[in-house]
Amino acid sequence: MADFKIHLLVCGGTKCRSSLSTILTEQLRTEIKNQGLDDYAQVVTTGCFGFCEKGPVIKIIPDHTIYTKVKPDDAEEIVTEHIVKVRKVNRLLYKDPKTDKIITDARGMEIYKKQIRIALRNCGMIDPESIEEYVARDGYAALGKALTSMTPEETIQVIKLSGLRGRGGAGFLTGLKWELTRQTHGDEKYVVCNADEGDPGAFMDRSILEGDPHSVIEAMAINGYCTGASQGLVYIRAEYPLAIERLKKAIQQAREYGMLGEDIFSTGFNFDISIRYGAGAFVCGEETALIHSMEGGRGEPTMKPPFPSVKGYLGKPTNVNNVETLANVPVIINKGHEWFSSIGTERSKGTKVFALAGKVNNVGLIEVPMGITLREVIFEIGGGIKNDKKFKGIQIGGPSGGCLTEKHLDVPIDYDSLVDAGAMMGSGGMIIMDEDDCMVDVAKYFLDFTVDESCGKCTPCRIGNKRLHELLVNITKGNGTEEDIERLINLASVIKDTSLCMLGQSAPNPVLSTLENFREEYHTHIHDKKCPAGVCKDLMKYEIVPENCVGCTACARACPVGAITGERKEIHIIDQSLCIKCGACMDRCKFNAVIIN
Amino acid sequence: MSRIKVELKKKDVDTIKEICRSFNNNPDELINVLHTTQHAFGYLPAEIQEVVARELRIAVAKVYGVVTFYSFFSMVPKGRNPISVCTGTACYVRGAENVLSEFRKELNIDVGETTPDGRFSISCLRCIGACGLAPVVMVGEKTYGRVSPEMVRDIIREYEDQ
Repeated sequence: MADFKIHLLVCGGTKCRSSLSTILTEQLRTEIKNQGLDDYAQVVTTGCFGFCEKGPVIKIIPDHTIYTKVKPDDAEEIVTEHIVKVRKVNRLLYKDPKTDKIITDARGMEIYKKQIRIALRNCGMIDPESIEEYVARDGYAALGKALTSMTPEETIQVIKLSGLRGRGGAGFLTGLKWELTRQTHGDEKYVVCNADEGDPGAFMDRSILEGDPHSVIEAMAINGYCTGASQGLVYIRAEYPLAIERLKKAIQQAREYGMLGEDIFSTGFNFDISIRYGAGAFVCGEETALIHSMEGGRGEPTMKPPFPSVKGYLGKPTNVNNVETLANVPVIINKGHEWFSSIGTERSKGTKVFALAGKVNNVGLIEVPMGITLREVIFEIGGGIKNDKKFKGIQIGGPSGGCLTEKHLDVPIDYDSLVDAGAMMGSGGMIIMDEDDCMVDVAKYFLDFTVDESCGKCTPCRIGNKRLHELLVNITKGNGTEEDIERLINLASVIKDTSLCMLGQSAPNPVLSTLENFREEYHTHIHDKKCPAGVCKDLMKYEIVPENCVGCTACARACPVGAITGERKEIHIIDQSLCIKCGACMDRCKFNAVIIN
Repeated sequence: MSRIKVELKKKDVDTIKEICRSFNNNPDELINVLHTTQHAFGYLPAEIQEVVARELRIAVAKVYGVVTFYSFFSMVPKGRNPISVCTGTACYVRGAENVLSEFRKELNIDVGETTPDGRFSISCLRCIGACGLAPVVMVGEKTYGRVSPEMVRDIIREYEDQ
């Protein structure tokens, strides 16, 4: 960022691109050129700002102005007003949903105030397709430092002392994993980056790879140096075309600059990276399944031990780390383990990236220090619940995690506290739910996912989860009995104890945690045959209130199945045996005569 | 399952062979080979799997096992305008289910099926990571955000003549 006075950072993440941020970038460039500002201002496409709800987003440096929901047509106004006349375009500025105050400086935004960005340090700051910009922000300094002034043992020691734990879910100590791989003898070793982010609602790994691919490459090279591997592999989902493209470009640039290849930094260390693609199987996030998939087979997990650090890819010692874990590594080497371990809690150090989604005002990607409470995340950073509805629950850790409620809002977010509360860190998806969400339905939804994604190798997971799902379907259809609750609990604990891999072992978690925290809702479904949130269609009944009906026939005309009868100016009636519960009548009625019972 | 008979021309077989060769006929690269092949042909019928197996010197059963294991691979051709409805958690809680049933009703096909005229097919996908735009629908490469059931008919109309 050398000569330009003004930098317009345009978010080029998947989400903003789908809202036309590429055309916007072009328009801005043309406009800057037309107004003869080529030497004064430049447009940079960056990775995700983490403010996805309001995309496409533009940030202007040096004054930290953030413009939200910018359309390509706004380009001219931004250039003329902001750059030439130095006046902010008020209508595009972000408005705080709580106070309705216009925010002129991004640093004052609630969403950024409590964040500490380590893994996301470069996302939204640099052009991910330029290695120079990465280097300008201390990129590859950690690799240089490790290779030229530290032994592999010393480097591992730093990672160990930092207390960094795996960010992919289970939270194993990263340094210890590296040490185990180093200590195993093998003529060849591999380091693998797990970028198979299959957890629905989580997109932090994608954002890191899209916004800062070099940090992952650098960390893998350091990992190779420490463990004695000369070959790195990135296993990435085929569903992430933009991340793949940027990663490929970054690998190529790193080779050209001598950061990958032979004799890196003239130290005799050789390391290169290749890419393997996933093909849409959630279970491949499990490291043994991932390794089988990389070998060209079905992604079915195998028993551990032997752990991959002993016998992994092609039977050789293999170190598997998640994207976010790796993105932390270069900073730790640069700034030292004391700095890193000063952030976070006793047993969970550093920060964690969460994907905030669902019924919350600020949907996006956030990075917060470990130990922050759920309340701070949802109500301060997240800006509270959408449309001023009531908070009901939060699903943490995706389909393997658990559903927490109001009483857990002050639980500090770290690996151990979350497990104690009945959830888990998982990969970091956070789905916020409000009073309109039915918890039985949510549990059913997650079970539906795990049943679909079960690889089918072991019986408890393949059959057990299917039975769990059936029980839940029965309950949501109004056919549940009191004994079903007992059955759910028994079956769930058997599946947890006997499944082969984490997918099966954690699949019943959403059922158990909703049973624990929302037991009355199950009871209402079973005994009263009602869904309090109005989600389970089979338990809903549309009815016409005679007092309110004026006989306008609008509902009868809207009904797609002809279930509503009644003469003009007479009270209408819904035939329940024909009704498909589409709600068209309710939408159409202007007199509030159609109600859900 | 429905079985489509496909006759491969010599040109097609050569294409597959070429793809395998570009991965050094290495069986470890099976998934990459299948990705590239599906990209070239649009889908992976049994006949194509047979050629891949022969070239990589592995059993057809293994290829079939891999193709059927991963949801990304398809043994039936998709519609010219493949519609994918995201049913990830964020989209689900914001009403993806209603959008999906509207598509099914409008096109009169189920998930995983293709309309008889080959124009549309419907599939579900798990999170494309655009949770801020939930619920999300993709038609081909184009993404539609904040889709409501009322928008479904208009989206389909955009592709009527294609």
